[in-house]
Amino acid sequence: MTDTVLSVRDLRVEFHTRRGVLKAIDGVSFDIAKGEVLGVVGESGAGKSVTGSAVIGLIDPPGRIAGGEILLSGQRIDNLPPEQMRKVRGKRIGMIFQDPLTSLNPLYRISEQLIETITTHTDLSPSQARTRAIELLAEVGIPAPDRRIDSYPHEFSGGMRQRVVIALALCAEPELIIADEPTTALDVSVQAQIITLLKRLGREHGTAIMLVTHDMGVIAETADRVAVMYAGRVAEIGPVHDVVRNPLHPYAEGLMGAIPTLAGEEARLVQIPGSMPRLTRIPPGCAFNPRCGYRFGRCTVDRPDPLPWRGHKVACHLYDPASGPHFLGEGRTLAAAEKHEEATA
Amino acid sequence: MTTQPYVRVSDLSRSFDVSKPWLNRVIEGGEKQYLKAVDGVSFDIPKGETFALVGESGSGKSTVARMVVGLLPPSRGEVTIDGVSMTDRKAEAERQRLRRRIQMVFQDPYASLNPRWRVDRIVAEPIRAFKLVEGEADIRARVGELLTLVGLHPDDGVKYPHEFSGGQRQRVAIARALASEAEFLVCDEPTSALDVSVQAQILNLMRDLQDKFGLTYLFISHNLAVVRHMATRIGVMYLGRIVEISGGREMFTSPKHPYTRMLLDAVPDLAMSGQERAPVAGEIPNPINPPSGCTFNPRCPWANERCLAERPPLADGVACHAVHEGRLAVKNAA
Repeated sequence: MTDTVLSVRDLRVEFHTRRGVLKAIDGVSFDIAKGEVLGVVGESGAGKSVTGSAVIGLIDPPGRIAGGEILLSGQRIDNLPPEQMRKVRGKRIGMIFQDPLTSLNPLYRISEQLIETITTHTDLSPSQARTRAIELLAEVGIPAPDRRIDSYPHEFSGGMRQRVVIALALCAEPELIIADEPTTALDVSVQAQIITLLKRLGREHGTAIMLVTHDMGVIAETADRVAVMYAGRVAEIGPVHDVVRNPLHPYAEGLMGAIPTLAGEEARLVQIPGSMPRLTRIPPGCAFNPRCGYRFGRCTVDRPDPLPWRGHKVACHLYDPASGPHFLGEGRTLAAAEKHEEATA
Repeated sequence: MTTQPYVRVSDLSRSFDVSKPWLNRVIEGGEKQYLKAVDGVSFDIPKGETFALVGESGSGKSTVARMVVGLLPPSRGEVTIDGVSMTDRKAEAERQRLRRRIQMVFQDPYASLNPRWRVDRIVAEPIRAFKLVEGEADIRARVGELLTLVGLHPDDGVKYPHEFSGGQRQRVAIARALASEAEFLVCDEPTSALDVSVQAQILNLMRDLQDKFGLTYLFISHNLAVVRHMATRIGVMYLGRIVEISGGREMFTSPKHPYTRMLLDAVPDLAMSGQERAPVAGEIPNPINPPSGCTFNPRCPWANERCLAERPPLADGVACHAVHEGRLAVKNAA
């Protein structure tokens, strides 16, 4: 696989606190190919943002990467010295955060911020950098970029500011962009514009995008593949259409059913009982087992690893042949498992 | 009074003074400036139904909610709940009795509960304030009952708000709203701060409580899918005005106003995954200087000279010249 841009192998991130060690990320693995958009979804505390921060090397103490590897185009970046990592960040990995106002310096004109970033990461002269900055602003859809470039961040609306942040992330033509909740602070009509823009950029520049969000709708629109995270682990990873329409993991199934849709009937929403465990109190076995309707003996003891299943990877004992009678063989679905449970009960 | 709907909002308006300070106006010149946050909003809510207001940030939906419960006096117009005016100064005594029956659920369950109070005290506050139950033991029993009703355990009462998750806090807020035996709940983005699986729990709970007690809801949200799930009637707001008002299902099958269509197109939906959509143009203009005529005209593909000059009235549930003149056919997906 020569076109794999980002490869994360068995990543573990721990936070050492007075109450003990929090395992924010516990054995996460995934790849992102060139031009691919990987969506990372999950609820608050599932570890999606920490995964993003780990990739760009922005885990601050008391947090630390406790294990695993992060490879950017085949090169390990998780153990680089801070000085070298700083060069990778911004040049090879671009970042887009949730709140566009905090990612821009309010005291500098956006021209200064863009030109500084461009001259830091490329060989362009300041005047060439300015031309390049105007091109970038035009590319992200800011009207009259040659005049707007000398404005301050507060002179832009939220959607326009997010476009500036995207332009900033694109400055050095990075191989990978990490977008952490890029549309959460925006209104729906503006959100749609930003999603379209991100998709187009991925397609035209071949940039790999890791899109972190809790909004399944945004993922369904934008991503090629999706990773569903739960309590610091990947519960399921697979092509976005499959995961949305036919989720395999019981948590993914509950999550999809919980989302009210425009087309949906007015029936009750699917409700997952309880809430995600605190990271200090992750139950033994499968972290989802106390909330899972399909739980059986093995789930409370044995932690499931993501196993390949019909083009997905699922971390659930139901899809492990070693589970004996509980194993969902070829062609059997979660609904079948439910019947089985009822029959045996 | 039987013919009158439970909640009637007529021609409700509110403007805010956003002028520069007096001295700056004198030195630098400049007129007083007003921001019309809400402009001539009217709707009715029959008893036991859910009316939803949707719109983007700055459309004035939260301002309407605050005026309906009486947290903010309107500049013009009237709110009548169960025949009692919320705005008429003379009706103060009657309004006092009415207040108990109106409660509000806010967006942020972290900010709307007193962090220094235990949950049982928070839930008991309306009971004590309105003297609904006498005697400590009976109050405690009633609080336990309310907590059970919203899916918590009576023993949870001894905990402080910080010991609960966001969804559980919102349950506490709902229990507090129900404590005064409220009939009408104004919910301002009640699930926006929650994760989807928790949002589903809260929405289901709200619907169950409505079925059980015949509650009337005014539901404010920017999330169209949530609104579709909850509302019997929906009003779409844009720059302080209702641009379209229709039955819940109708809004989604045959939207009339160009803004409604645009909103529905913009929502990323699971069912439409991967589909290319028509790009949405522009953003909400500055409400201090709204466009003349129809305020949507700068973003509207159907705008003509009349739209630039004349403000469309709300007729047949939609405020749009193009629809009224038949230039824009009403889409019928069904």
